Amino acid sequence: MKALLPCMMLLILASPLAAQDGLPPAPYANRQLDDPALEAEAQELMETLRCLKCQSQSIADSDAPMAGDMRSQVRMRLAAGERPEAIRGWLTARYGDYVSYKPQIGSATWPLFAIPPALLALAGLVLWRRLGHGAGRRP
Amino acid sequence: MIAELGLAALWLAAALAGLQLVCGALATRVMGHGDGATTELALVTRPVAILQGGLVAFSFAMLVWVFVITDLSVKLVVANSHAMKPLVFKIAGAWGNHEGSMLLWVTVMALAGALIAAIERRLPERTMQATLAAQGFVALGFYAFLLLSSNPFERLPLPPAEGMGLNPLLQDIGMAFHPPTLYVGYVGLSVAFSFAVGALLTRQVTPDFARAMRPWLLGAWVFLTLGITAGSYWAYYELGWGGWWFWDPVENAALMPWLAATALLHSAGVLAARDALRAWTIMLGVVAFSMSMVGTFLVRSGILTSVHAFAVDPRRGSFILALLAIYIGGALLLFALRAGTVSEGQRFAIASREGALVVNNVMLSAVLAIVLLGTLYPLLTEAFDVRVSVGPPYFNPVGAVFVVPMLLVMAVGPLLRWRRDSLGRISRELALVGALILAALVLVSILGEVELLPLLGLALATGLAVASLLPLRGRALRRVPLATWGMVAAHLGIAVALFGMASDSAFTRERLVALAPGQDAQVGPWRVTLERIDPVAGPNWTALQATLRASYNDGPPTALAPQARSFWAPAQQTSETALATRWNGQLYAAMGGEAPGATGSPRWQLRLWWKPFVIWIWLGGLMVAMGGVMALVGRVLADVKRRSVTRRAASRRADRAEVLAAGANE
Amino acid sequence: MNRWRLWLPLAVFAGFLALAGAMLMRPRDDVVASAMVGQPLPDFTLRPAVTDRPGLASRDLVGRPRLLNIFASWCVPCIAEAPQLARLAARGVVIDGIAIRDRPEDVARFLARYGNPYRAIGADDVSAVQLAIGSSGVPETFVIDPAGRIAYQHIGEIRAEDVDKLLKKLEEDGT
Repeated sequence: MKALLPCMMLLILASPLAAQDGLPPAPYANRQLDDPALEAEAQELMETLRCLKCQSQSIADSDAPMAGDMRSQVRMRLAAGERPEAIRGWLTARYGDYVSYKPQIGSATWPLFAIPPALLALAGLVLWRRLGHGAGRRP
Repeated sequence: MIAELGLAALWLAAALAGLQLVCGALATRVMGHGDGATTELALVTRPVAILQGGLVAFSFAMLVWVFVITDLSVKLVVANSHAMKPLVFKIAGAWGNHEGSMLLWVTVMALAGALIAAIERRLPERTMQATLAAQGFVALGFYAFLLLSSNPFERLPLPPAEGMGLNPLLQDIGMAFHPPTLYVGYVGLSVAFSFAVGALLTRQVTPDFARAMRPWLLGAWVFLTLGITAGSYWAYYELGWGGWWFWDPVENAALMPWLAATALLHSAGVLAARDALRAWTIMLGVVAFSMSMVGTFLVRSGILTSVHAFAVDPRRGSFILALLAIYIGGALLLFALRAGTVSEGQRFAIASREGALVVNNVMLSAVLAIVLLGTLYPLLTEAFDVRVSVGPPYFNPVGAVFVVPMLLVMAVGPLLRWRRDSLGRISRELALVGALILAALVLVSILGEVELLPLLGLALATGLAVASLLPLRGRALRRVPLATWGMVAAHLGIAVALFGMASDSAFTRERLVALAPGQDAQVGPWRVTLERIDPVAGPNWTALQATLRASYNDGPPTALAPQARSFWAPAQQTSETALATRWNGQLYAAMGGEAPGATGSPRWQLRLWWKPFVIWIWLGGLMVAMGGVMALVGRVLADVKRRSVTRRAASRRADRAEVLAAGANE
Repeated sequence: MNRWRLWLPLAVFAGFLALAGAMLMRPRDDVVASAMVGQPLPDFTLRPAVTDRPGLASRDLVGRPRLLNIFASWCVPCIAEAPQLARLAARGVVIDGIAIRDRPEDVARFLARYGNPYRAIGADDVSAVQLAIGSSGVPETFVIDPAGRIAYQHIGEIRAEDVDKLLKKLEEDGT
């Protein structure tokens, strides 16, 4: 087994982890921004952007090369002074709402935002009926 | 031959499930005709259920056996196993796939049915017959599913030389035991479902019904809690990015039954103690298992995109959907027709134990609705050709709207008395908890810049932890019932887990570094030095392993060895993380590839996280499960005691009658 | 207790069944369409990906309709679509290429082996242009109209039956 190891090592090195392309990742794919505040913003944004090549993973949680390129884009744009929501907007202008895990209120998503208040009202109503107005009464 | 034995046992068990349905249903009918009416059929139902459980268990054992010996003439073994795999993963391979996991599903279901048939004797026999009939009916559908569309014992005409192996992500000891645990929970809820249907059929929604159902429900709930906790920890260390909950559809599919079961557990408590919330409890009983089935459907049909998706097949999806339509649709129809005749029972004051429990129930149900909405919404828009994603930025704040009030009520509820109480009586406790929450709020916001949700989480966790212990105050601890200890442990567990979650999202430090051997990096209080990189080999993989030396605040060094693994059957790369655990958090190290643009000696990508108190999340989960176990044991012991007292009283009465009769004869 | 409320759960469940049933019937598509169709190409300038073809800049992509093909030497479906690209080029279609995350020598080897239908090839080393035009994978092919607007997006490899469709799109935009 020991003798086999160097050969295996070669095999591993010959097939990079990504196994998709030969180029190194984009400059900021795996490198943090120097400014911790900006990096924190980047991290928060990346956790809410969807990796387009993966099954339901954020670009912050993915090894896919394209996720790395997207991370690099996010970090470089932030470093260049763009605001996180502007970057999100830039991406949704290209990939639609699918790319963002943070749904925006729109014609296709308003029920997501209308239903919770309705639920809250319903919960209040149920509690009021069960507890407030019928309190202590027997059926 | 082994595979054929397993298949034959499965067919026999399916036939018995049919028999159980017929006997149970007929007996329920006959016994409904009036006092004392009974039929010999009723005597058959229980033995049939027990025999069925035995047969399926045998069938499942046969499946495990063909995996253990890597019988390559069985299609499922070829698709999911490999002779070179360690034994424990060969065994886990038996359920790490669609067919095997469905067999596990019916096995758990039939064993649960057998167990209630064997020992549950507290309810009127007619309700039990209806319950067993319902259990047989549900099982029958899943047998049909297995036998007609997912036969795990299918043979190949030409056995290949080697199997294809198991997904490397699943070759992990946590993954070997996480699905069965979750399944016991999922399927255990079928018992609550059958009880609810049985009680609806016979209109016997009584406190006795709640008391009889509760231990079964507790058992399923404990497994569900453990399964979710284990699954979350598995995702945390196996996926290699330090996340422990992604609001992924598959995770939500496990969370939804848990939310429903937790609500049911509490409403069953109200029904048992106060004979109230009858229709609501029945509804939750139906919903809880429905959520298990809906979750299974969402995962198996592949109609939602998930990071955990496996064994996706739309044809099977239609089969499960048909089962859902029959069972959930049928139960809800029955509910709509019958629940009107089941009165809601007692009403109550807001400041009372049951008042708090109603708030808990309403809030849990609302959270369930939110999770369901967020999970299904992308599917809904996709039907109109619009694709959206719903993730943490939606679930977290919207869920918090309902969870925060629920946690506040949860802190107070156990201090209140049943029936009628006043907040004035517990004003000192209220003031203490309120002051703690406020103090924590102020302290944390002074100490650091923390976002709103983690801040609320930290503060509520502090208050809740103390509040959950208050029910023990002023009581002789040795005389506190075990079930009360269980409640305290579970509530404290929620506080502990909440603290871990909030702390992880508030204080985590992340470092992505490229190091050459000998170089070091600082992450939070840890200094991490890369000592060397070596190639290593396992039974079915090779890896590059980094040897790290980490020291906490310049203390004694700990060795860590994260790996970038390459499996060859099937070919896939995974990242094996390495963890250094302390009571106050974990250092999490994952290895990437070789860093680009290196001149001279190569540098290696490392991802390092310092996650304060993250381990408390799962510790809390375990405490919640432990609380469930304590409550279960406490209830069962109390019940056994009560029954033996009743039996002794009865036998004394009989003795006395005998003596009297003897005296009269003389 | 209102009777209609008891039917509510069943109604919600029926809605779920209808939705799930409808979604099961549809073939599942995992493609993410670009929202940039109909918009002008964003500005970019890419260095040449190989020595014998010029690089690519957005200002070059005007004047006549053309195809913009996103490909890579490491992409297997790109090999499958090579004959179709050759047919399109033979029909006089202008094809510009963008090579994603690729080394010049790999691109050269790929083109030598599977044919080179491209007028110009830009090298997109960090997927920047790919992201800017809303492409989520390789291969993808965009129809660019004479004004430099993205007129159409074809996702995945071009199969024999797609050639006529692409020709028609090009024709529509040329007039």
